[in-house]
Amino acid sequence: MPACSANCGKNAILKRPKTGDALCKECFFEAFENEIHFTITRAKLFTPGSTVAVAASGGKDSTVLAYVLKLLNEKYGYNLKLVLLSIDEGITGYRDDSLETVKQNRDDYEMPLKIMSYKDLYGWTMDEIVAEVGRKNNCTFCGVFRRQALDRGAMLLKVNYLATGHNADDIAETVLMNILRGDLARLNRCTSIITDSGDGIPRVKPLKYTYEKEIVMYAYFRKLVYFSTECIFAPNAYRGHARVLLKDLEKVDPAVIMNIIQSGESLCVNETANMPTLMTCERCGYGSSQKICKACTLLEGLNRGLPRLGIGKSSKVKKLIEQDDLKRSAAGCCKSKNKSDCGNCACNKNEIKRDLSKAVEELKI
Amino acid sequence: MSGLNITIEFGGGAELLFGNKKKQEVILPAKEGEWTLKDLIFWMKDNLLQERPELFIQDDSVRPGILVLVNDADWELMDTVKYVLEAKDKIVFISTLHGG
Repeated sequence: MPACSANCGKNAILKRPKTGDALCKECFFEAFENEIHFTITRAKLFTPGSTVAVAASGGKDSTVLAYVLKLLNEKYGYNLKLVLLSIDEGITGYRDDSLETVKQNRDDYEMPLKIMSYKDLYGWTMDEIVAEVGRKNNCTFCGVFRRQALDRGAMLLKVNYLATGHNADDIAETVLMNILRGDLARLNRCTSIITDSGDGIPRVKPLKYTYEKEIVMYAYFRKLVYFSTECIFAPNAYRGHARVLLKDLEKVDPAVIMNIIQSGESLCVNETANMPTLMTCERCGYGSSQKICKACTLLEGLNRGLPRLGIGKSSKVKKLIEQDDLKRSAAGCCKSKNKSDCGNCACNKNEIKRDLSKAVEELKI
Repeated sequence: MSGLNITIEFGGGAELLFGNKKKQEVILPAKEGEWTLKDLIFWMKDNLLQERPELFIQDDSVRPGILVLVNDADWELMDTVKYVLEAKDKIVFISTLHGG
């Protein structure tokens, strides 16, 4: 077995994908933690005295993120207050177990935990959504809803930052995916270490340059408890293709991951490219590239019984809604008459559920 | 010549392919020549794997994204598939492909 590249005299236990160095356990821990510290300080990621919500799924990335942030906060005196924020999508047999792991994190790392559910925020669980839309586009719903759920949760907790566990492999995968889709707006911003969704809470990615392999090895050697599963609905997710491609490339040369991230960072989108402008959703007030944000469109589709409404081109949405309004008007539904009088359909109920003030009350922060 | 006694462990979701057992002690049958990790991977495919072999094996190795440790050290330090197994070795397979 080779000796540690740091010349400490111990045997190496890991070959670093980024550098090719062979390190012993102690030198690996130090290098791993120091690099994250360096990423945080170089980007001036956190203002001292602020509160940071760690988006916690119970998986490897968020578990390692919570552990390392706590460790660095104490070691380097960041003076941060750390809290855990979890989203319960309402997927029976999947999230139930991982939320138990998050509760374990809460106890182990002594951080307060807030769990927000899709049911509270949107009136629908993922189980109910899948029953409605089938398994082809369900990941669209889940992804769009989760993003906003985290924003809403962060706002309710009145935190200054939302930290997510996106690692180097995730970012490289996203760059590839945005190229494959020709999504220039996302390609332009997906490598940012800090993103601000309108006047929302800044999202930060402290593990942006950390390889997935090292995260898993770190968790293994530190004996951190995390939950891993495959989402029972996930096999249809598009992201999987980009992932397989990236993992195959990484096997040939692990540097491709860092190279893709660097390419994404230095990339400058041509001025003539058609870029959407960021505005606020007329309905919920969150940042959006359309008048009505994706989450509200998807939700309206669900509530109208037109689950495919938000899938595909946004230009078709208006037409579909007009057609549906005409139908409802003929049937005497509230969508075209006085809302409060309506007893014919479920649309009233679900709109109330989406009211943020109600969510605050329900959650009792 | 008697068989080779080793321990196999799974983590990170890899156990889901192996009947959800996280630890198995196995005796590899005696054979001509040495047991390499590549031999072990194919033996596991034939004897232990319960489902979806394409999520475990790709070409002549494990699928990229599955980490392998030999006696708690990265197999990339030990010539990966060419490593020659010894009695009482502990081999760990950790999937990075599963989410949280």
